[in-house]
Amino acid sequence: MSRLLHAITLSVAVSFAAFAVAPAQAKDSLAIGFTLEPPHLDPTAGAAAAIDEIVYANLFEGLTRIDQNGVVQPQLATSWDISGDGLTYTFHLKDGVTFHDGTAFDASDVVFSLDRARADDSVNAQKPLFAAIDKVVAVDPKTVRIALSRPEGALLFNLGWGDAVIVAPESATTNKTDPVGTGPFRFVHWAKGDRVELEAVSKDQPIQKVAFRFIPDPSAQVAALKAGDIDAVANLNAPEAVLAFQADANFEVAIGSTEGETILAMNNARAPLNDIRVRRAISHAIDRQAIIEGAMFGFGTPIGTHFAPHSPAYVDLVATYPHDPAKAMALLKEAGAENLKLTLKLPPPAYARRGGEVVAAQLKEAGIDVEIIPVEWAQWLEQVFRGTDYDLTIVSHTEPMDIGIYARDKYYFNYDSPELKAVMEKLNATSDPDARTKLLGEAQEIVTHDAVAVYMFQLARLGVWRKGLKGMWHNAPVQATDITGVRWE
Amino acid sequence: MIRRHPNLILGAGLTGLLCLAALVSLVWTPYAYDAMAIAERMQGPSATHWLGTDQFGRDIATRLMVGARNSITVGVVAVGIGLLAGGALGILAAACGGWIDEIVARCADVVFAFPAIVSAILITAVFGPGAVNAIIAIGFFNIPVFARVARGAALQEWGMEYSRAGLAIGKSRFGVSRDHVLPNIAAVLVVQATIQFAVAILAEAALAYLGLGTQPPAPSWGRMLFDAQTLMAIDPKLAILPGLAIALAVLGLNLLGDGLRDILDPRLRVAPIG
Amino acid sequence: MLAFLARRSLVLLATLFAASLAIFLVLEVLPGDPALLILGLEARDDTLAALRSQMGLDRPAPERYLAWIGGLLAGSSGISHTYSVPVFELIGARLAVTVPLAAIALVLSTVLAVPLGMLAATRRGRMGDYGVMGFSQVGMAIPNFWFAILSILLFAVTLRWFPASGFPGWQAGAGAALWALVLPAFSLALPEAAILARVTRASVLETLGADYVRTARAKGLGERRILWGHVLRNALIPMTTILGLQFAFLVAGSIVVEAVFALPGLGRLIFQAVSQRDLVVVRDVVLLLVAVVVVVNFAVDIAYAMIDPRARRAA
Repeated sequence: MSRLLHAITLSVAVSFAAFAVAPAQAKDSLAIGFTLEPPHLDPTAGAAAAIDEIVYANLFEGLTRIDQNGVVQPQLATSWDISGDGLTYTFHLKDGVTFHDGTAFDASDVVFSLDRARADDSVNAQKPLFAAIDKVVAVDPKTVRIALSRPEGALLFNLGWGDAVIVAPESATTNKTDPVGTGPFRFVHWAKGDRVELEAVSKDQPIQKVAFRFIPDPSAQVAALKAGDIDAVANLNAPEAVLAFQADANFEVAIGSTEGETILAMNNARAPLNDIRVRRAISHAIDRQAIIEGAMFGFGTPIGTHFAPHSPAYVDLVATYPHDPAKAMALLKEAGAENLKLTLKLPPPAYARRGGEVVAAQLKEAGIDVEIIPVEWAQWLEQVFRGTDYDLTIVSHTEPMDIGIYARDKYYFNYDSPELKAVMEKLNATSDPDARTKLLGEAQEIVTHDAVAVYMFQLARLGVWRKGLKGMWHNAPVQATDITGVRWE
Repeated sequence: MIRRHPNLILGAGLTGLLCLAALVSLVWTPYAYDAMAIAERMQGPSATHWLGTDQFGRDIATRLMVGARNSITVGVVAVGIGLLAGGALGILAAACGGWIDEIVARCADVVFAFPAIVSAILITAVFGPGAVNAIIAIGFFNIPVFARVARGAALQEWGMEYSRAGLAIGKSRFGVSRDHVLPNIAAVLVVQATIQFAVAILAEAALAYLGLGTQPPAPSWGRMLFDAQTLMAIDPKLAILPGLAIALAVLGLNLLGDGLRDILDPRLRVAPIG
Repeated sequence: MLAFLARRSLVLLATLFAASLAIFLVLEVLPGDPALLILGLEARDDTLAALRSQMGLDRPAPERYLAWIGGLLAGSSGISHTYSVPVFELIGARLAVTVPLAAIALVLSTVLAVPLGMLAATRRGRMGDYGVMGFSQVGMAIPNFWFAILSILLFAVTLRWFPASGFPGWQAGAGAALWALVLPAFSLALPEAAILARVTRASVLETLGADYVRTARAKGLGERRILWGHVLRNALIPMTTILGLQFAFLVAGSIVVEAVFALPGLGRLIFQAVSQRDLVVVRDVVLLLVAVVVVVNFAVDIAYAMIDPRARRAA
């Protein structure tokens, strides 16, 4: 009841821009609202998700691409052969492709792009994606051979990332401000602080003009949607506002999934968090549903391990550490860690800041005193991620299929498990899908058993758009707003 | 008394209320300020929650009371820093004159040249956001304010017969400053302190609103306003109550400052009402 | 006068120099690595080193300071790390929001405060005076960001007269752009108007007691003419001073108000640049804000010295 009431009040409240008559929407243009403006538009030279959100699949293309279900599809490579030992991949390239500046695309562009990304002076943010590549050779203009130094089961997936798109040597240095790719949309204009505009290369594209508008404040995004300034928000950062759109016949709401496992990470090397009983106590102290309700207004799926629930390889381990403050206290007592005082470093996103407040209150019920320290991303990266100077932190791991991070040395969890490393090594050498699924399941059970982190919830993707807009992605297996298949009806 | 000093009475009343809320919160509040009850969030005022609950189901009346304590702490410490350091510098500059005076004045110029909010953003970026750093930032910017006021008032005192007489009978400049200058400029400093107290409360609220001041779960009025912004369309009281608390506190302190000036320092009575 | 001008100019330059040094030093100790922020989680050490050297972060501090100041003196700015465009270009675009906003607020506060202050002075001790002084006290006590939030709630959300936030840009037409600045400008203007009303009242009262006003009365001039002809003109001097100083306050005060209304102004730029460690932008914007304050103070001093020769010695 109260929810309905909220929904009604909100819909009254936010539809204020009555005087601003919405411009007549031609059937072939589209304006999409985003929270973050990208620093630049070169996906091969920065980690900012905001870059990929604009250019992935629309402007730049890779050898492969990842579709909205997270499956690898051919793109600039129409097909490929893999050698029996898994060490050589031969890609057959698409015919008749040109870059937006008119230069032709061929095997030399692939060699250039991949060598550039792997080079010593490369500023590619995802260099580890290419770590297994030993050599890239142009066999002929339409064929590229990639030789690996070790088997890499995820190579085709890795080549589908935004960081692995193919660029031309002629335009690589100016892609930051004037991106030139092979995609169906070309760059038109960037009004800093306001919008990036793209236009279709071919007249056959159902959408001819796209504007990516940057509106940092969620309440302003809601207003812009209602006023018709924008047609869609691919991911609305205000879960409290979604309820109102669900009740509005002019809009469609798509609650999709993301690859964002939102976790309460713990510094496994720091006493007393190096004691598994303490980490399990903290896991028992957390009430996932209350966090999802309190911080995300009910949007989000509880998870019990570091894996996306919509993935076929997901193992449901939510019940491993049920919410039980008494048990948490008993475990702490057993470990001799009563009157525990911990710090909780929170990066800027609302899921972390709001969620952190709820987490602190829940831990207090279990007798753990938590000091909240808000940090900006720059500090989080330097202190928490690189320096591992933290007790607890909340962050959403948005990279797809990233459970492998637990097997890395010196990753910020400071978790070291020979058992898990063995599993991941086996996984890397395995290409049979069923065997991979089984290994991934084992890995999930190991990290949950060791309570490396508290696995809280999978971030939801809250898409809102005008009725009649078809083909928008509901899910976000990669950071992207693929509009190549979007049309008005 | 009330007819002659309406400002003073009203100001003292509001300030007293502020202090009372803060003092009571030390020993008693209706609820714990950080006790969450998600199921009871954003309720209206009722017998159980006098001013309703916030987005996490916490009692707003409790949080406003503890927030008053937070504001007073910020005000006292920040003004204390400014008063002690700035007052001393100002008196020193007036007593010594010459290059010491010049250095104090030029340093004050440089500090004044930075818009306070910009410097506060930089300071909290270096040392991290939080109540203590916000207090230091605000206190730091109070130093030149008090230095200028103290210097100006002290120079006036040095122009008086009794100050020169003090020097003539063999007192040191320090001695004269202590025995004659300080007692005579105390009133001016007290009035300025009241005004700066109000400024400090406003500044802390602004910093907390920008996410740089007091951090959750500790309640700060400015922070409560920040949290309310995306929710105010659903529940306006979340945005109205903390702002009202800030405005009343600042109003009270400003009125008290005006009233004190009328009484303590009739020379500054430029144009009182009535 | 010339000696005074020279001395004040010297102080102006010294202050700017000291400020630039202070800015540079603060940014030196700012935690957080801009290169790491750009490259994110998977950044490797050699990648970071490559980017740092591309950004010029690996050069020694004195060299970078001199390069910064030298560049500014030569009229060229650095390139923003985050936007990859010259900083001056960025600042220019943001000033197109902040300067009109501050200017509108200044005009609004003057239009509001001067008549109120005069009304209070001429009705001294009566209801009008109490009313204006009460308004002034309340106006000074209300935090501008709270007033901003409340005005969004009332005028944008409930009455739907104005947009709740954002700025359509001047290319959307001057009408729409100005319309979006009305609520922010009012929020900025209110506390300033409250202060200005007090100053106006005080200086008008002071002038009303002056000899020449008594003379004018004695000559039989009408009250209205005395008030507008003599009193206001003389009371203008302290009021202009306050206005000049307020302009600097308004530019700085707009940081908070721009945050409330999500306006793409200078305040947002500096806030965003600090969190993204775009230090090239931060240092230029802060120095610009400092320069505004210093130059306005300088101008006020000069104006005073021209009006009142005694001020030359006192300063």
